[in-house]
Amino acid sequence: MSAPTTAAWPTPPKKRRMGDLLFAGATRTAASIILVALAGVAIFLTVEGLPGLTAPPERMGGEATFLAYVWPLVFGTLLAAFIALLIATPLSIGVALVISHYSPRRLAKPIGYLVDLLAAVPSVVYGLWGIAFVGPALVPVYRWLEENLGFLPFFSGPASGTGRTILTAGIVLAIMALPIITAICREIFAQTPTLHQEAALALGATRFEMVRMAVIPYSKSGIVSAVMLGLGRALGETMAVALVLSATRIVTWDVIASTSPSTIAANIVLGFPEATGLGVNVLIATGLVLFVITFAVNFTARLIVARSEKGLVR
Amino acid sequence: MSTATDTRPTDRALLPLTGAKLPRWAPALVLALAAATAGLLALTLGWGPVGTAFVAVLLFGLALPAWSLAVENRRAATDRFVTSLVWGAFLLALIPLVSLTWTVVSNGAPAFSAEFFTFSMRNVVGEGGGIYHAIIGTLIITGIAALMSVPIGLMTAIYLVEYGAGKRVARSINFLVDVMTGIPSIVAGLFAYALFLIFFGPGVRMGFAGSVALSVLMVPVVVRSCEEMLKLVPNDLREASYALGVPKWRTIVKVVLPTAMAGIITGVMLAVARVAGETAPLLIIAGATDSVNFNPFDERMMTLPVFAYYSYTQPGVPPGPGLERAWGAALILIIIVMALNLLGRALGHLFAPKTGR
Repeated sequence: MSAPTTAAWPTPPKKRRMGDLLFAGATRTAASIILVALAGVAIFLTVEGLPGLTAPPERMGGEATFLAYVWPLVFGTLLAAFIALLIATPLSIGVALVISHYSPRRLAKPIGYLVDLLAAVPSVVYGLWGIAFVGPALVPVYRWLEENLGFLPFFSGPASGTGRTILTAGIVLAIMALPIITAICREIFAQTPTLHQEAALALGATRFEMVRMAVIPYSKSGIVSAVMLGLGRALGETMAVALVLSATRIVTWDVIASTSPSTIAANIVLGFPEATGLGVNVLIATGLVLFVITFAVNFTARLIVARSEKGLVR
Repeated sequence: MSTATDTRPTDRALLPLTGAKLPRWAPALVLALAAATAGLLALTLGWGPVGTAFVAVLLFGLALPAWSLAVENRRAATDRFVTSLVWGAFLLALIPLVSLTWTVVSNGAPAFSAEFFTFSMRNVVGEGGGIYHAIIGTLIITGIAALMSVPIGLMTAIYLVEYGAGKRVARSINFLVDVMTGIPSIVAGLFAYALFLIFFGPGVRMGFAGSVALSVLMVPVVVRSCEEMLKLVPNDLREASYALGVPKWRTIVKVVLPTAMAGIITGVMLAVARVAGETAPLLIIAGATDSVNFNPFDERMMTLPVFAYYSYTQPGVPPGPGLERAWGAALILIIIVMALNLLGRALGHLFAPKTGR
C-alpha cells in the first residue's frame, strides 16, 4: 500500500544535478519518440496513400473510384469482425467468470494461463489451423445449414466444399479475440467490491443472482470496452483471414458460400508482393482506411474505459 | 416454491430453516450419468468423440437444472443452469487450444530432422531443404526490434511513472500508447514500407525495416508492462532513498529499476514472444527469399512466419514436402514463442525481489 504519498513532506531542494537533467531528458525524449512514431504512421500512410485515391481504374480492379474499390473490402472486414465478436463475446464473458468467480481459487491461475497461451499463438499458425482443420471440419455443418436454414439470406449457399468461408474466418478470428476480451473482463470482474457481492449473497441470492446484480452492473462499461478492443484486434487481423478465405472483392451476406468478401488486411497482404507503381499506393490507401477504422474503435474503447475508471474511483 | 413447507407456518417445530437441497455430489452424479448415456448412444449410433462430448455436456446442462427444479426451486435451477453454461463456455474455449496444438504437432513433427534446421531452401526443389535461413532471419529481425523497443519503451514508462505523473502531457501519452496498442500489424508494415520508400525508392525490402515495423507493435506493449511494474514499486523505497540524499536519477536506476526488474523482464519477454510470431508486416517489408541473409540492411530476409505462409500457399510440385516444411516451421514457431513465454515467467519468479514477508 503506497497510498499516502505524503504531499506534506518538504520537496527536495531545487538544485538540479547534471545526471538528473540528462536522465529526465532521456526519458522525455523516449516518450516523445512514441508521439512522433504515432504521428509518423498517420503522416506516411497519408502521403503514400493519397496518390492511390486517384489511381486509374486498371489499378483498382476495374473500379472507377477508390470508394467503389474499398467499399467491398470494408464490408468484408466489418462482417468478419462482427461474426467474430458474436461468437467471442459470450464465450469470453463465460471464461472470465470462470476465472474470477466460478473456479476454485487454486485453479484460477492455471486457467488464466491457459487462456493467455491462446493469445501467444502466432496468427499465421491460426491461419494454417483454420485452413487445414477448422474449414474441413465445418463443411458438414455448412451443408446442414444450407439444407435446413437456406431460407435465411446468410445461409443461402451454395455451401463451400472446402470450408474456406467468411464464417470460418470469423470463427478463427473469434478464437484470436477471445483471450483479449477475457483478460480485460476478468480484471474488471475481479474488481467488483467484495462488499457488494457479500451483501447480495447474505440476502440469499444464488451465485448467478449475485453475478447478475453485483458483478455485471458494476462492470458493464468495462465489458463494452473489452469487446471493442477485441473488435480492434479482429478488424486488423491479417494472416488468419488471408490464409482461410478464398477471397473475392464482393458484397454478400451469404456467410457459407465459397466466394466470400475479402477484408482490407487480407487484400493488402495478398496483393502487395505483386503490386507495382500506383497499385502500391492504392493498397496503402486501403491500409489508411483500416488504420482510421481501428483507431476510431480503439479510441472510443479507451475513452469508455477512462470514463468508467473515473466513475469507479468515486 | 415447489416445496410445500412454506405454506404451513402453524407448527413451528416442523418448519425447516432451509429448503430442500440437492446433495453435494449431485453434479458429479449427473455428469457421470450424462457421460454414460452419451457414450452408450455413441456406441450404438457411431458418433465421433466430439459429438459424444457435445451430447454429454448438453445432457448435463439440461438434466441437472431439471432435477434441481424438481427438488429445489426455480432460482436454484437457474443458478445451476448458468453455472453449467459458464463452464461450458470455458470448455468450448479450450477446444481450439487442444485441437490447434494437436494439428500443428502431428503435422509438424515429421518434418524435424538435422537437415531441416541446418539447411536453407537455396536451390531446393521438392524434398529436402530446411528453415535455417528463416530461423536466422527471425532471430536478427526480432533481436533488432527488441534492441530498439526495450530502451524506448522502458524510458517512456519511467517518464510516465516517475516524471510525468499527473501531468497533462503524460496523460495524453498514456492514452496514445493505449491507442497504439491497437494498431493492426499490417498497418505497421505499410508504415515501415512508406518510410523506407522515401530513402530507398519503390520496391524496398530489407530486414531492418521489418525490425522498425515490429518496434511499432512492440513499444506500446513494453511501455504498458514496464509501467505496471514501476507502479508496483512502493513509494517508501523512493522516499527512503531521497532521504539519504540520493539524486532522483540514481534512485530510479539503483532502487526502483532493480525492484521492478523481475516484472520488467517478464514483460519484455512476452512482448518479444508476441512480435516473433508477427507475419503480415514482415511479408510486406522483409519479403521472402530462399537463401541465408545475415545483413539486415540489404535485400530480402526470410522469417519463420513468412516461411510457413509461403510454404503452405506455394508448396511447389509435388506439394507434399512443401506442406510438411510449412507445418514444421509453424511448430518451431510455436515452440519458440512458448519457450519465450515460459522463460519470461520463470525469470520473473527468479528475479522477484525478496519481500521478506
